[in-house]
Amino acid sequence: MRAVLRRIGTGLVVLWAAASAAYLALLAAPGDTVDSIVGDGADTPLIRSQIIAEWHLDRPAVVQYLDYLGRAGHGDLGRSYLLQRPVRDVLAGQAWPTLKLALSAAVLGILLALVLAVTTRRPWARRVSSTTELVLVSTPPFLIGIILLSVFSFRFGIFPVAGDRGFAALVLPAVTLALPIAGVLTQVLREGLDRALDEPFAVTARARGLRASAVLIRHALRHALLPAVTLIGWLFGILLGGAVIIESVFGRPGLGQVTLSAVTSKDMPVVLAVVVLSAAVYVVLNTAADLTYLLIDPRLRGSRP
Amino acid sequence: MTAATAQLSLGRRRPRPGFAVAVAFLLLILLVALWPGLFAGDPLRADPLQVLQAPSAAHWFGTDQLGRDVFDRVVHGARHSLSIGLAATAIGVTAGILLGVLAGLAHRFADEALSRSFDALSAFPLLLLALLFIAVAGPGTISLVVAIGIATLPHYARVVRAQTFVVRQAGYVTQAVAFGDPRIRLVIRHVLPNVLGPVPVLAMIGLGEAILAAAGLSFLGMGPQPPSPEWGAMLSEGRGYLHIAWWASILPGLAVTATVISLTVTGRHLQRRFEGRTDGAGS
Amino acid sequence: MIRVEDLHVTFTAGRRRIEAVRGVGFTIEPGECLAIVGESGSGKSVTARSLVGLAGPGAEVTATRLEIDGRDARAFTESDWRRVRGGFAGLILQDALVSLDPLRTVGAEIAEVLATHRKAGRRDRSARVEQLLTDVHVPEPRRRAGQHPHQLSGGLRQRALIASAIAGEPRLLIADEPTTALDATVQAQILRLLAERRAAGEALLLISHDLAVVAQLADRIIVMQDGRIVEAGTTAALLSAAEHPYTKKLVSAAAGRRRPAAIKPGPVVARARALRRDYGRHAVVREVSLDIHAGEIVGLVGESGSGKTTVAQMLFGLVTPTSGDVSFEGARWSAVPERRRRARRRRLQFVSQDPLSSFDPRWRVGRIIAEARPAGPVAELLERVGLGADVADRYPRQLSGGQRQRVAVARALAPRPSLIICDEPVSALDATVQAQVLDLLAGIRNDDGTALLFISHDLGVVRDLADRVLVLHDGAVVEQGPVGEVLAHPQHDYTRKLLAAAPRLEATRETV
Repeated sequence: MRAVLRRIGTGLVVLWAAASAAYLALLAAPGDTVDSIVGDGADTPLIRSQIIAEWHLDRPAVVQYLDYLGRAGHGDLGRSYLLQRPVRDVLAGQAWPTLKLALSAAVLGILLALVLAVTTRRPWARRVSSTTELVLVSTPPFLIGIILLSVFSFRFGIFPVAGDRGFAALVLPAVTLALPIAGVLTQVLREGLDRALDEPFAVTARARGLRASAVLIRHALRHALLPAVTLIGWLFGILLGGAVIIESVFGRPGLGQVTLSAVTSKDMPVVLAVVVLSAAVYVVLNTAADLTYLLIDPRLRGSRP
Repeated sequence: MTAATAQLSLGRRRPRPGFAVAVAFLLLILLVALWPGLFAGDPLRADPLQVLQAPSAAHWFGTDQLGRDVFDRVVHGARHSLSIGLAATAIGVTAGILLGVLAGLAHRFADEALSRSFDALSAFPLLLLALLFIAVAGPGTISLVVAIGIATLPHYARVVRAQTFVVRQAGYVTQAVAFGDPRIRLVIRHVLPNVLGPVPVLAMIGLGEAILAAAGLSFLGMGPQPPSPEWGAMLSEGRGYLHIAWWASILPGLAVTATVISLTVTGRHLQRRFEGRTDGAGS
Repeated sequence: MIRVEDLHVTFTAGRRRIEAVRGVGFTIEPGECLAIVGESGSGKSVTARSLVGLAGPGAEVTATRLEIDGRDARAFTESDWRRVRGGFAGLILQDALVSLDPLRTVGAEIAEVLATHRKAGRRDRSARVEQLLTDVHVPEPRRRAGQHPHQLSGGLRQRALIASAIAGEPRLLIADEPTTALDATVQAQILRLLAERRAAGEALLLISHDLAVVAQLADRIIVMQDGRIVEAGTTAALLSAAEHPYTKKLVSAAAGRRRPAAIKPGPVVARARALRRDYGRHAVVREVSLDIHAGEIVGLVGESGSGKTTVAQMLFGLVTPTSGDVSFEGARWSAVPERRRRARRRRLQFVSQDPLSSFDPRWRVGRIIAEARPAGPVAELLERVGLGADVADRYPRQLSGGQRQRVAVARALAPRPSLIICDEPVSALDATVQAQVLDLLAGIRNDDGTALLFISHDLGVVRDLADRVLVLHDGAVVEQGPVGEVLAHPQHDYTRKLLAAAPRLEATRETV
């Protein structure tokens, strides 16, 4: 139980540190905040003082910081300079397509990795699979996307070229995102399986009369999952970063589009919100992964004989 | 395993033709990056009469939408990708080593603080962190370099820190106390070389990842601005003409892929070769 | 029951071929105990595992005859082998911590055998598991069945492993170094358990590098070297009238060496008074005092958890005692800060159990020894410890266990110390190699007059080398005195226990 609390505590600390780091970046942004908020609108001293009052821009920096933390904790992520709407609304509206993409890519990637790692045990299969994984991991995801588009959309017309209408539009983007993920996970899983099968307990298991496949799945797989579980946070990072690019390649709506336009127009609240939010999800996932690790490996639970 | 199988696995050597090819390619890319003029012509020269030509004897990689020779542009682009990647990796590795060793040798509290900072930094997906930085500092080469450098820092720091822990408690460090040498000498003779051992190979593999990240960001328009022949940017520019002129996009993309593959293959091969060297308890 | 003739096992990887077993033949009758003894690399494990078809990946197994339970095993399909494994023959490996799946409960591991060989239906399984654990004398079987291997002590774990091996009701038990990772008293318990199983009707095939361990149980012994059988016979015949030189080496290694003549001890080199070390509230070392004189070999015997390593660390100066003090060569040692001790450091050297981890992996042997700044050339030191000068160019990982330990000793000798602390220096070595290293250490004492503090869990080893012995139990010295005295007339219960558990051959022991 103490281990669980420690993990959660650590997660909170990291979250706080991430939010603060992002906030510091915000402070470093060039240009006056008030100017950005005013934009092309009416610019009178009265409006300026209203803006300053609303955003607490006249208070000392520390107070602004605490204010920011407080509001963020409540879910108030500020107001978009560009769109003049609460950031929360802007993000909520665009989150679903990105979530769809990320989840389907994750599920596809994980399933693919499991199947490949378990089935490609023979030397020749292993070599073929390793080479494919290497290529997938080294190819920029946008290239994979473009090639798939080129072949399946333009040449064969099976899938739509852009947009988010219906299931068909999800296939190519999800596959594009899933391939590099499957590439890395398959390697990690396969190495984990190799190592587990080399251990004496695998010999004991076979000496009991188990089939090789039973030893693989009932014993070795659990051991191989351990290092893979720790990759969940990384996986999510790839998904989110990749989503930004893939959405651009396939012309899909979603958080990627929102983020990109925010970056180019220096709409800091939006950029900040997206970044901090992704850090938050990462921390949550990582903490969950740590806890899962505790579940899977009883040696870490610290119980004494 | 029995002594026989152990002996066998120790002696197993895998002669890999892939390694030779990868190294050769890397050397080629290095040459191309250093002296692009030797290999190709002017990447900015546009010939409106030769727009979107397929690859031919005159234009090995064809021409793009402004009539520029794609081969020339790809060759000159090598310099951009490689230099951005190298600079970013240099930043990440240097800062990572400094902070990692510090964390590994420091007392518990300082180590905890540093480790949490690494965790915080790596909580941001690389691309988003870079985008945050670019939102603040504007697009361009410098932004890419700094952004990617900072984003990859925690990875190196963590590895160096872990290695420092292992080495700190290693038997040979304790044993060396018996010879009457002062602590500083121990650190310089034993700790540092063993800690830094795995770094160069990691940096090589990291370079591949940095190049990928740089290409991605350039693809999104955050890198060197046109008409610079950066590979990622070229991919983006050619996107609109994909159905009639695939070569303008795909060939620069393949250049990225080939470079990254070569780096990864070389790095992994070296990793395997030096596996026993920095591991105290080997075989 | 088992008949093997002209067994050959060859491993191929790419272009390399290793012949692990060359023409081995033997039989095992029901109910008897056969032992195969040899060093690592002799092919004994591979031979045993071929009997269950698990010689290893990439193994080619050929034989003129390979009969298992009356059937020709050369024609076995994979499913035939699966029936043999666990059902006809049970395999017991060393070190249950890694031989049982650490992520599964002990009960689940045993139940798996029951399920595979259909010995119990789903409902009866847990009852049967408890029954098996009781058979191997595991107390509180129900509670233990729900625990994981790391939660059990070494002895209990090994018993659980044996329980899983007998769950399929096999008629043959193959035990591959079943006692190697265990303390002496626990070793004795496990051997007793195996004897019980034998009495219950199961045949036993014991594999070991230590003749002394198997001699208590085996009816017949086969000695293997380099993949071949060099001698075979009944236990009694082999022990009293061994013919092959290698067998003779094994017998003498097991019987104990002739102890070196003690030389008159000189002045006190190191003195520890009332040493105490606490970790939190746990007292690891309580009230330990000892003297070491110049030219003496002092043995410190204790099992794991007795605090012997901590005592060594305090003497060496790595750990500060919570109370008490150490003086070295007449001057205070433990109370003095490292800076002031540094000048005397070289007079006190250390040899650890695992030499590989005490060598910088990037350095060759020559540089490793040179770090100790010897007065003479490195080659001279290498010669002293019985290694050729060419070893200086090799990396430690390319050497065998015995060679590495010799390099560690050479390095310890370089600064001409007055005391060398050896922490379990031979525990990880094969029996014959152990004897060689012990000879080396005795030789050093005789030639240089260097004092040695020899720490071990094996009373038998200490008996062969030390002049005086201290027995450590639970952090305190329970008995001490000249070796002959303590062993002939042990005063303390614990000493008696240790003595009884020491697997040395009574028949050929040289009396002190």
